[in-house]
Amino acid sequence: MRLESERQGEILIIRALDDRIDAAGAIRFKERMREMVTEPSDRVVFDMSNVAFLDSSGLGAVVSVMKSLEPPRRLELSGLTATVEKVFRLTRMDSVFIIHKTLPEARRNAG
Amino acid sequence: MRVEPDLGFCHSVEPPGTAHFVLASDPVAIREGLQSLFALDLLKSLTEKSRDSAQIVVAEVLNNVVEHAYSKYPGTIEIWVTRREDFLFVRMADDGLPMPGGDLPRGRMMNTHDLPEGGFGWFLIRSLSHELTYHHDGKYNILSLCISVDHQC
Repeated sequence: MRLESERQGEILIIRALDDRIDAAGAIRFKERMREMVTEPSDRVVFDMSNVAFLDSSGLGAVVSVMKSLEPPRRLELSGLTATVEKVFRLTRMDSVFIIHKTLPEARRNAG
Repeated sequence: MRVEPDLGFCHSVEPPGTAHFVLASDPVAIREGLQSLFALDLLKSLTEKSRDSAQIVVAEVLNNVVEHAYSKYPGTIEIWVTRREDFLFVRMADDGLPMPGGDLPRGRMMNTHDLPEGGFGWFLIRSLSHELTYHHDGKYNILSLCISVDHQC
């Protein structure tokens, strides 16, 4: 699972470069994300616009990363594709995350 | 391993046009198998929404087999997929451990406030499929299900 991060002001943006977060990559994804979010920032936005497919292992990994953040930092998500959005909506985990339609929207909306 | 599709499941499976894959019980093989399966014309002709639902269901069932049925030893999973009108019929067979209690998990909705990191799989399968049946024939776990689909015009 390839990820890249970028600081934009007070926001740490982490971008998924691969198109799947699935059972084959969930553990490495979780470990890598947990490392990346150690960088101090007011907010953390995970840009999922390249992720076309997320299974329940991938969803569990995203939840786990969120839980590793110390309040008040939360994991914010941006750019959910149709399949990913469906998994979040069906499991109602969309109610647990702050979800932005796009990255520019995430930058405009403080939390 | 030879398990022929049971012509009696859901409506019926007609061998012509049936996609058949044999996958090794590891997550990377499952990922590659899903990518090959969903690149077939059989599935490419569905709307994106239907293809998404189908891929979630098939992925969750396959992952479950790898994680539980083949938790003690490796093996293979056979999968047959066919389409009849507005339904996709999926059948899977493996010779891993049988389902505990001989039945499929209920797949209850998780309490989101507890921030669960797992247990979503059967809930997703049950939400997106129907006619879910399972039996163990003494050697193989055999699971079949249907998924409602729309075609692209």
